[in-house]
Amino acid sequence: MITSFLAKALGRNIVIAAAILLALAALVPALNLLTAPDHALHVPTYVVSLFGKYLTYALLALALDLVWGFCGILSLGHAAFFALGGYAMGMYLMRQIGARGSYGNPLLPDFMVFLNWKELPWFWHGFDKFWFAALMAVLVPGLLAFVFGWFAFRSRVNGVYLSIITQAMTFALLLAFFRNDMGFGGNNGLTDFKDILGFNIQSNGTRSALFAASAIALALSLVITSGIVRSKYGKILIGVRDAESRTRFLGYRVEHMKLFAFVVSAMMAGVAGALYVPQVGIINPGEFEPANSIEVVIWTAVGGRGTLIGPIVGAIVVNGGKSIFTAAFPEFWLFALGGLFVLVTLFLPKGIVGTARQFVERRKEYRKAREAEAAAFAAEPQAAE
Amino acid sequence: MHARLIHRFLQCLFATVCLMVTLLATDLRAADDLRVMVDALGGGNFQENQKQVEALARTGDPKVVPALEALAEGDLYQRKIDGIVFIVRPAGSSFKLIDALTGEEAGEEAKAALEKIKVNNGLRRTIRAALGGLTLMSPDVAVRLQAAGTILRTPSADALEGLDAALAAETDNAVKVVLGQARAASILVSDRPADEKRAAVATVVETGGRDSLSLLSAALASADESLRPDIEAGIKKIDDQLAIWAAGQNIWYGLSLGSVLLLAAIGLAITFGVMGIINMAHGEMVMLGAYTTFVVQQVIRTSFPGLFDWSLAIALPLAFLVTGAVGLVMERAIIRFLYGRPLETLLATWGVSLILQQAVRSIFGPTNQEVGNPSWMSGAFELGGMTITWNRLWIIVFALAVFVFLLFLLKKTAMGLQMRAVTQNRRMASSMGIRTPWVDALTFALGSGIAGIAGVALSQIDNVSPNLGQGYIIDSFMVVVFGGVGNLWGTLVGAFTLGILNKFLEPYAGAVLGKILVLVLIILFIQKRPRGLFALKGRAVEA
Repeated sequence: MITSFLAKALGRNIVIAAAILLALAALVPALNLLTAPDHALHVPTYVVSLFGKYLTYALLALALDLVWGFCGILSLGHAAFFALGGYAMGMYLMRQIGARGSYGNPLLPDFMVFLNWKELPWFWHGFDKFWFAALMAVLVPGLLAFVFGWFAFRSRVNGVYLSIITQAMTFALLLAFFRNDMGFGGNNGLTDFKDILGFNIQSNGTRSALFAASAIALALSLVITSGIVRSKYGKILIGVRDAESRTRFLGYRVEHMKLFAFVVSAMMAGVAGALYVPQVGIINPGEFEPANSIEVVIWTAVGGRGTLIGPIVGAIVVNGGKSIFTAAFPEFWLFALGGLFVLVTLFLPKGIVGTARQFVERRKEYRKAREAEAAAFAAEPQAAE
Repeated sequence: MHARLIHRFLQCLFATVCLMVTLLATDLRAADDLRVMVDALGGGNFQENQKQVEALARTGDPKVVPALEALAEGDLYQRKIDGIVFIVRPAGSSFKLIDALTGEEAGEEAKAALEKIKVNNGLRRTIRAALGGLTLMSPDVAVRLQAAGTILRTPSADALEGLDAALAAETDNAVKVVLGQARAASILVSDRPADEKRAAVATVVETGGRDSLSLLSAALASADESLRPDIEAGIKKIDDQLAIWAAGQNIWYGLSLGSVLLLAAIGLAITFGVMGIINMAHGEMVMLGAYTTFVVQQVIRTSFPGLFDWSLAIALPLAFLVTGAVGLVMERAIIRFLYGRPLETLLATWGVSLILQQAVRSIFGPTNQEVGNPSWMSGAFELGGMTITWNRLWIIVFALAVFVFLLFLLKKTAMGLQMRAVTQNRRMASSMGIRTPWVDALTFALGSGIAGIAGVALSQIDNVSPNLGQGYIIDSFMVVVFGGVGNLWGTLVGAFTLGILNKFLEPYAGAVLGKILVLVLIILFIQKRPRGLFALKGRAVEA
């Protein structure tokens, strides 16, 4: 009964997808930790890490899809929220290094000692506690999104203009984080992490746990977004996407709708970033590159915007392709990525999942029509009689 | 008869030869005299040498200048065995000898075989005065001007006598002015009476510049009470002048940056502003234009070296054609299917930009390419207290020329009329018989071509690498959005405003923070006026 209720509230596909993710969260670490390295079913640690990274990308793409696919806001600055979440986690991991840094300062991270700083800047306080860092990883992106969205949506900046100023936002943050004076490690960013919550960050167990955490976070976000878009509020959101003025004239506060979606999305991106950093072991200002944000858009577009499974599929497919391509033909990756942008927008505007769904629905309709026809045909002789 | 003629001729010849020999001999004797005088420097005590230096100065012969300079520097040595004086340069453990008068090399000698001719401050002063006199009296105007300039930069009380003499004899006005300034500067550091100093302060203030400022500050410390107010007023006046020039220089830098922004954005003002196409590959069009310049210069270097000064003129039309063609292909193959879907256009053109970047990287390599400045674009000149480089000046001129050209094209030609008609009301234009798809393609090609010729100009001041375009794309969008979409004048004002704003923020906030501030200001500005400085009004906006 619970399953049928969930299926109704969230959609059958979402429940299945979330269940698969939860199963993976249990299965992959088990296969990594419990089987011998030469076992046929053994999952090597690097694969665990790699797919853990993909899952955080998938979460980022899902976050973007919430605003782009369901609300029509094409944000070209979502990587900024991701990176901010990542920096929050990175700051916690930096504080955990403690006296084990190469300068051996128990309080100050290495780069601050190097820059001759005498005390911890105020915004680094509290990051020695995990719960605080985790809270900041969600709150800081959320707050930035709130302030930015408040101004932008209130003055009805939309469409392409909004895209361009979100890009300017991430570009400004990129420049800011490159500065040494900002107190975030400048060009080199934060790295050389040792442990997280007392566990060695390099160990198989921690890596598996991070993978599991990423999978669970993704499943949870999937359920939340699905809950949002299937609710009454979600219907209005889609109304905003398809006919903003009309929705406004119907009496809805469009800017509030947008702002809510934007903030939730930024928070999800922050979570993704916070899970990403311990798995790759570094965060630097390069994550703010406008190109990164646009890449997220293409993951979503490839998978299918406006579907919730699509961004997840897209992020994993495109990044899997990137891993294979950059290893095999590094020269051609940008050609492939560029071509993907062009081909998907021209020939696959609904993405993989959207197109597949369309195909299935057409088949269904076709079958229904055939059955109706057959029924009509079967009924006809009787009528003639 | 013939014999007589030959005899006569021989006589003449003999006389000429005699004369030449005599002349040569006198010249040699003069040189000999100088040599004796220079050699006499060795072995003398300070007083004797002082007299000797004055005697050398009285000859008025510029040949003694290097020897005197070397003496002041302590590089003049006497060879112990024959007493000949040489200028020496250290060469490993021994000394390289240089003839004191001719400047020719004269072999090497062990250090022990030479004795240094000692100098003290009194002697140095005499030498400086002698040198000043020698160069200030030179028959060559340029040498005199340089000598006066040297004294102006390093004034000393000893130079005054020489300066007075030179001023009395000087005929050239430009040299006279510098001599007067040098004299004033020298008076300030001397112990002349206050009246003379007061006049000197006035002259120094008139001269202006940083050197005068430090001279006055130095004089202020040792000046007596009656002179103090004059000097302080003078310092303030020069400070004000310098501040004005610094502001002028900032405006100049701002104009220069603005012209670069204008060049980068003006093509976008057509494709984005007029057509509403978000062309993320715009920066790559600029990059292709720069690479076209590179290729043209390579061909010229290898095949027609004489044409190098014309390379930019040749590259301009080629870059326009190349990028225009790329734009045409892009429009026909991709963008025309995406009209009315701006966000998809953005993604597709971003894909194109990645492909173009990688293509250029594969062909030319990822490193910066060497693009040279033609001779008429290199160098700089001084304008008051500002330094203006020729390439920046030409780029400003060029940017304005492109702007005027585009304005003319859009407002005064049939093609421009059609472009505006199609963008304002596509269906009506189509009903009037305008081939709208064709106009779309040409407009996009025009915007891309303009980006290409911007690339030619930017290749002169930026690194030509596959990433060239990436650096401009956000800035250009900012300019167009700030200035107002669909309005060329807005782009012009936007570019120069942002350029000057950036350069004025830089000294206070630093280059990076200044840029961040500008971005934040634009983001805030867009909140206030979502359609830019010069928003289009009317029905066209709603479409």
